Amino acid sequence: MATLEPQDKRIIIARRAARELQDGYVVNLGIGLPTLVANYVPEGIKVWLHSENGFVGLGPAPAPGEEDPDVVNAGAQPASIIPGGACFDSCMSFAIIRGGHLDLTILGALEVDEKGNLANWMVPGRIVPGMGGAMDLVVGARRVIIATEHTLKDGSPKIVRRCQLPLTAAGEVDLIITELAVIEVTREGLLLKEVAPGVTPREVQARTGASLIIPDTVATMEI
Amino acid sequence: MAIVVTAGEAVSRIEDGMTVMTGGFLGVGTPEVLLDALVGRGAKKLTLISNDTAFPGRGNGKLVEAGCLKKVIASHIGTNPITQQQMKEKILEVVLIPQGTLAERIRAAGAGLGGILTPTGVGTEIEKEKTVLTIDGRRYLLEVPLYADVALIKAHLADEAGNLVYKRSARNFNPVMAMAASLVIAQVDRVLPVGSIDPDQVMTPGIFIDLIVQTGGEQVGDLRTAR
Repeated sequence: MATLEPQDKRIIIARRAARELQDGYVVNLGIGLPTLVANYVPEGIKVWLHSENGFVGLGPAPAPGEEDPDVVNAGAQPASIIPGGACFDSCMSFAIIRGGHLDLTILGALEVDEKGNLANWMVPGRIVPGMGGAMDLVVGARRVIIATEHTLKDGSPKIVRRCQLPLTAAGEVDLIITELAVIEVTREGLLLKEVAPGVTPREVQARTGASLIIPDTVATMEI
Repeated sequence: MAIVVTAGEAVSRIEDGMTVMTGGFLGVGTPEVLLDALVGRGAKKLTLISNDTAFPGRGNGKLVEAGCLKKVIASHIGTNPITQQQMKEKILEVVLIPQGTLAERIRAAGAGLGGILTPTGVGTEIEKEKTVLTIDGRRYLLEVPLYADVALIKAHLADEAGNLVYKRSARNFNPVMAMAASLVIAQVDRVLPVGSIDPDQVMTPGIFIDLIVQTGGEQVGDLRTAR
């Protein structure tokens, strides 16, 4: 298995996650790696990106000098609103999220476990940034995809049997996409759906902190 | 009719120890001029209800640095290391609430509701000490209303009747906070004569607004350098 640079891993994950988008979807992308997914939307597919601070139709960053201080993304970076976009207040924004009007959210993880539990908002005693909109997104979106590097920098697993960190939400994760594999959360446990080119199911299992269900044939990730 | 006053006159109505809501999301749609006046007045022991504490030197970050606050109720403080430092040193009490729950608790206060039921936080530590109700087989947390003594909000335009129009993503928490406080002060870029805003275009009805502070357009800082 070739060693990948962190930037290459991020691009592989973002490209594969973008293949989950369907035409017409309303989608919220989390801050960090998930934001990259917007760069790889497949040809012929149009999605409405929801920005939790109050609009749908999030577009690319404006050219230098073109910034509008009243148009920013959920990370407060200058953004744009595409034609057909719409602005609203925070109550409407979270009604969209919780009310079943968001087809998909793609978020990062500190830990995700075999029950579909997610921890991504705090590390007690170390970082307590707050959950922002993450708890609402994970509970409310019709489909939750976790896009994350397979392990921490030291190689310890992020995909585990039981999350040890405080949860963002319980049992809401549907799919996990990493640079090594695509894993579906099922009632029976974590089902290995795809492996990256040149990676074996055994190698994925060795880097995962929970038992994987490995079918006889596992597809190769298209990236 | 809302009354047009200076920022100093407006914040002189805010007493130490009060609970104050401020509109804005990471400093966008925040009434910066009102916050400057509040800092200038040397306000103390306020409880702040807001989405976040923005950045050092910007938005609610100014209130944190100036030591105006004893408590913050927010969804996110991760962009302001000074808030986190004050929390560690126990100078500042911080209560974190999911953003959608924060918005709906404020709305409940303004809408005369005794609370709201939300699935957000079920099965997490947010659930602790909350009433859980099962409706049609799904579990919800009972979240109670969140009121303030004063709401400080920011809009783009007002007319002399207090009707407000917001711009782009600067709307965020401003409309809902305008309904949930005893005294509502709006900082606006421009005040227009009554009748200048078409009733269909009004985003917050003027009946919610007590005082207006006109700034004639404000410097919000350079977004490209904001973190």
